[in-house]
Amino acid sequence: MRSRNVLTGVLLGAGSVAGTLLFRRRLARRRERVDVYFGDGSMVSLAKPGEADPLLRRARRILELAS
Amino acid sequence: MDAAAALERLREISSQIRAAVIFERGGKVVGSTIGDEQRAKDVAGEAEALLTEAERQRDAADGPGEFAQLEVALQAGSVFVVRDGDRLIAATTQPEPTVGLVFYDLKSCLRDLETPPAPKKRAAPRRKPATRTKKADAES
Repeated sequence: MRSRNVLTGVLLGAGSVAGTLLFRRRLARRRERVDVYFGDGSMVSLAKPGEADPLLRRARRILELAS
Repeated sequence: MDAAAALERLREISSQIRAAVIFERGGKVVGSTIGDEQRAKDVAGEAEALLTEAERQRDAADGPGEFAQLEVALQAGSVFVVRDGDRLIAATTQPEPTVGLVFYDLKSCLRDLETPPAPKKRAAPRRKPATRTKKADAES
């Protein structure tokens, strides 16, 4: 009986950890960001508010104009 | 292929792309799926400013680098800018697009522009009708 309770607890714990991870991954993917790729194969990802803001503003304007 | 045909093909192959503008550095619009010419010009101007800003960020961090492509992911949708030589294409998509596929389709669109139209088939030269001439020697 006790081992069954432990197993249920472990399964619930594992399930909630997996759920949290999936939720965080999905949230991260939805975050507004700028990915810039260069000719030499390098890539810069801008997600911090200070550095990405001017580019995000321009992109919003493009979406407005194109809609 | 001209810009209108390349954009038409782009819309056929990619259902994710909502609007696209092909332009040159300096803001000259080559072709667009946006009906309003002024709006297309404004999109080109904003896209160019976007990549200038991106290059500036890179220069500040790692030194100068040649821009190839960028994606700005917003909650309302994504904005893509891709460069091929002197030509650029800016496009908008729905939120969370298949990024690699969109980049590939936009690059293909720019490359389609470079391919010259297939040359017209030249009609085979007409053979001159054979003229019968009497041989003076044969008769004599």
